[in-house]
Amino acid sequence: MQFLSQLKAGQRAIISAIEADEFLFHRLSALGFRVGRPLSIMRQANFGGPIQVRLGTTDVILRASEAQRIHINAI
Amino acid sequence: MKRIALLGMPNTGKSTLFNRISGASARVGNWPGITVDLLSAKILLGGHIVELIDLPGIYDLHGFSEDEQVVRHFLTHNPVDLLVVLLNSTQIDRQLSLLLQLKKLGFPIVLALNMADEAKRAGITINTESLSTALALPVIQISAKYGDGLPKVLQAATEIINQQQAKTNPQSIALLLQEENEIEHEMQALVQRHVQIPATLNDDTTDKIDKLLLHKWLGLPLFFGAMFILFQLIFTVGAPIQEGLAWILDLFRAQLLDPLFAGTPHWLSGLMLDGIYNGVATVAAFVPIIILFFLVMSMVEDSGYLSRAAFLMDAIMAKMGLDGRSFVMMLMGFGCNVPAIMGTRIMRSRAIRLLTMLVIPLSLCSARLQVFIFIIAALFAPKHAALALFALYVMSFFTMFLTAVLFQNQYKNTEPFILELPPYRFPTFRQIVLRGSHEVKHFLNRASKFIILGVMLVWFLSNFPSTAAPASLDTYAGKIGLFFAPLLDPIGINHELAIALIFGFVAKEIVVGALAVIYGLQGDALMAQMASQIDWVQAMSFMLFTLIYTPCLSTIATIRNESKSTAFMWLSIAWSLALAWIVSFVFYQSARYLGF
Repeated sequence: MQFLSQLKAGQRAIISAIEADEFLFHRLSALGFRVGRPLSIMRQANFGGPIQVRLGTTDVILRASEAQRIHINAI
Repeated sequence: MKRIALLGMPNTGKSTLFNRISGASARVGNWPGITVDLLSAKILLGGHIVELIDLPGIYDLHGFSEDEQVVRHFLTHNPVDLLVVLLNSTQIDRQLSLLLQLKKLGFPIVLALNMADEAKRAGITINTESLSTALALPVIQISAKYGDGLPKVLQAATEIINQQQAKTNPQSIALLLQEENEIEHEMQALVQRHVQIPATLNDDTTDKIDKLLLHKWLGLPLFFGAMFILFQLIFTVGAPIQEGLAWILDLFRAQLLDPLFAGTPHWLSGLMLDGIYNGVATVAAFVPIIILFFLVMSMVEDSGYLSRAAFLMDAIMAKMGLDGRSFVMMLMGFGCNVPAIMGTRIMRSRAIRLLTMLVIPLSLCSARLQVFIFIIAALFAPKHAALALFALYVMSFFTMFLTAVLFQNQYKNTEPFILELPPYRFPTFRQIVLRGSHEVKHFLNRASKFIILGVMLVWFLSNFPSTAAPASLDTYAGKIGLFFAPLLDPIGINHELAIALIFGFVAKEIVVGALAVIYGLQGDALMAQMASQIDWVQAMSFMLFTLIYTPCLSTIATIRNESKSTAFMWLSIAWSLALAWIVSFVFYQSARYLGF
């Protein structure tokens, strides 16, 4: 099992599961994080900063601690 | 043959439970339409031979992961007599959603809550009896690992199977699932048919700009460089306009108002000209700079660059217990602290909200900017002016960071950080004008409310009792200055400046107006008079104090409203006053010690 936080910039993956409390889950799904959706990693900020993820037409930034709650299959 | 399916979220101990029930009899089954192997076992339950199927763990019936498709396909193609749904007791708040989805589809269900022992240790207690009544299905706490509660599950399963006459109808379940999925599907179909989205967004412009502005090493220097240039631009363009306007307002008084009031009683011309006109005109001269400032701010805000700043700064902010959004609010505070504090509403955790609210009042807002421009113009050589202002901005950041670091343990942050990154937008001219005029209206409304009243009061304090010479130590203002002297002398603030500071508590716009009234002068004459009375070290100490202590009454009221805590409001006031005094003291005393 792989987490979104383990991906490198430029990699693509499909979301396989989201493990989060209700608030985070709804926030994520509102921003387009749904199981089965493809995403790509644009970049990560320096000093272990947030990662920039592109889902369809939306760009989202989130911390590694949040990215760890998103299971993915790399493609 | 009866059929029971075991279903649950991943990592709830489903396989452990399956192995415990089935013993060694499990075999790999072959199911219509499913390419993944499913484990099944035949067990004896209440005199029947029952087939038990272990379905893959899923989070959501509507998901599109392979496992979720398998489960969906199984349930819509194979009739079952019962579902045993296994949930993790320690995560029951989240996992119940899956149970409710299944219940809505009309499955007969036995709910097994696994990891009862772990939940007990975590202090979670689940009232299974009342939960069972509420759900209208058997709820049993078990430990799959140790086998606790297992007989009860099997007993409940037996009872239901014996009562149950018909199996579930896969077709009707498929129909129900479809109905639930309808919205999602309709949305997808609409998008698929009528919207074309390339696999990767081909908004090249945003990507190209981001490549540079979000660069690993260049991103932050570029951001601060851009901010410095913008402020520099406001200063170089705005300062001459302000001086010109001050000159015109001075001329207006000398040519028109002075002759007009020549015949009126001394106190009336004093109040109208030295009081209200001088005070208001001095503040009014800054309006062009404020307009310019807000125009630039609204352009930066609408461009989408602020979210990038959040991205770049988040790692650093995290070390101070804040996040990237806090940094954006701090930047917004450079316009006006009040909307920045209200902006913390986007944060859900109270801790990070309070910490951000404690930090925002230290950002150098536009009202303080005019005080600094005024004093720097009066007391610093033009070639040092930009440096002095820059130092104040650096100091503003420094005090914010210091405050966050010192208080971060009081306000532990657990808030997740997720933010949408909008594409770069070039704001239209109309947008800029609308936003700018809105901000300017807000500023003028605020300023006019306090300034006229404020300068009248300052005029009264520094001109009465009438026996005393104006602005001398015998006036009320002089007495107030003397009263605070023990506190303010060590930081180089004389009694004229002390009065301005006290009124600055109401609103910083009053400070320059108050100075004009106290000295009874305006424009260049006022600046010359101040330069003859105080030196640059005193001026810097005064500006540092003005920067750090409570920004204005509106900010305090907003902090009170947003935090819903009077204690927090007082903490904010006390902390900023203490910090202001300490910083000014350290600066003033060490500058004097070094011989300046």
